[in-house]
Amino acid sequence: MHIPDGFIDGKTALVTGALSATGVALALRRVKRELPPRKIPLLGLAAAFLFAAQMVNFPVAGGTSGHLIGGALVAALLGPSAAVVVVTTVLIVQCFLFADGGVTALGANIFNMAIINSVGGYIIYQPISRWLGGIRGRVTALAFAGWCAAVIAAIACAGQLAWSGTVDWSVGFPAMAGTHMLIGIGEGLISALVFLAISRTRPEMIADTSEQSRRGMGVIGYGLLLSLGVAIFIAPFTCRWPDGLEHVATKLGFEHKATPSLIHAPVADYRIPGMTWAVGATAIAGVLGSLIVFAFAFLLGRMLVPKKAPEPANS
Amino acid sequence: MSTDWLNHHHGHAHSPVHRMPAVLKLGAALAIIIGTVIAPLQWTGWFVGVGAVLGISILLSRLPLIFLLKRLLVLSPFVLGVTLVNAFQPSARFQWQAVALKSGLCLLTVILVSNTTPFGQILRVLKLVRVPMLLITTIALMHRYLFVLVDEAERMRRARLSRTFVPSRGFHWRSLATVVGQLFIRASERAERIYDAMCARGWK
Repeated sequence: MHIPDGFIDGKTALVTGALSATGVALALRRVKRELPPRKIPLLGLAAAFLFAAQMVNFPVAGGTSGHLIGGALVAALLGPSAAVVVVTTVLIVQCFLFADGGVTALGANIFNMAIINSVGGYIIYQPISRWLGGIRGRVTALAFAGWCAAVIAAIACAGQLAWSGTVDWSVGFPAMAGTHMLIGIGEGLISALVFLAISRTRPEMIADTSEQSRRGMGVIGYGLLLSLGVAIFIAPFTCRWPDGLEHVATKLGFEHKATPSLIHAPVADYRIPGMTWAVGATAIAGVLGSLIVFAFAFLLGRMLVPKKAPEPANS
Repeated sequence: MSTDWLNHHHGHAHSPVHRMPAVLKLGAALAIIIGTVIAPLQWTGWFVGVGAVLGISILLSRLPLIFLLKRLLVLSPFVLGVTLVNAFQPSARFQWQAVALKSGLCLLTVILVSNTTPFGQILRVLKLVRVPMLLITTIALMHRYLFVLVDEAERMRRARLSRTFVPSRGFHWRSLATVVGQLFIRASERAERIYDAMCARGWK
């Protein structure tokens, strides 16, 4: 999902850069305030860990293999703000040292993978894990959140590419969302398994992350950032304002006044009825897909964690 | 898992390109990249100029061409994918050749700079442009332990391979997950030790 240089135009680079800079500054402030100094080296080591973990390939169906994105996993292990710092570090090093991901696309990549994937994943993970409770709840929540986070990040990526005029939304959205719905299954499964493995060996390591994110400010800040991202990169393509306008124009009966401009855009014209239907169908499919994945995550949690989860102290 | 592409090329560390001040080099690279991304395709002069500058620097830096080409190929699956998709679905308002050209030039620039500049100098430049200290510390620590952890992951993978055969896919997934989880545990234990060592040397 690393966008290279040349795929993001000037305005998208500026907007994503500004959003990412705000998000990373917010995360740094919160980390500085909340993280004990003892844990500061852990950020760098966690970044190195994530880099190494991303190099481990997992077999996916049909001989292909995928690898971890890891934002949701790190967020569940260290908390959302630390995860933003960790993933941002990984992206910066990948960009400048290994030329993986473009320099001008760094803002977009940080926004998709560090902010949307980590914070978005954590926002999904936290309430579900609290609702279900226990290790089983956490594993279930992480499996689901890992899938969701991968898909949302991919959709945002498609939105940015479409906004830059590089890849059409009608091509990019199904390609990115479709592949990441599959990749996301692996992501969720692996995140849950890794989390479970850590909780079995060193339960005290994952005991203390839930108390973060109680402070209102950060939640509001991240919420604002995420909704801004959705409003800028995703909403314009799904809502199609011009179509709405055209619809109003037809209804009010003054569409003949605009005939000269319609000659240039016959494509936009015949799409209207199909498009609104397609958006509705996509939304329904998305909701159904999420429900199915959640059901699988629930089953996975039941399967992996026995009813009486072994207590950390005596295992 | 191949760790081959992780290694940088520092064979000829004394060429003029290597010796150029890091601030200048990074600034020039940034200017080239931003200019190339923004420039419309009609500015043929800009692209030819950038190509010439890059060509001369490559010759001066004495990096092996094969090495550069290999690196370029490894890093451009995204570019290749998108150009392929667009080549088969030609849409009038998008020229995929432009995108391929632009990202190719930018990639070459970053590869050139990252292979001729020690990472410590890049960090110093980051400090100069006032990137927050916490982020720089994290980046420096990550870079220091990156290769250690990658090696550790590789050792653990080899150890697991030599002790288990893989009877089923489910088992394969679980054992891989155990390796990754174990890697995280080792990384955090190492972080504790590093903190103690830093304190012992008077950090903060």
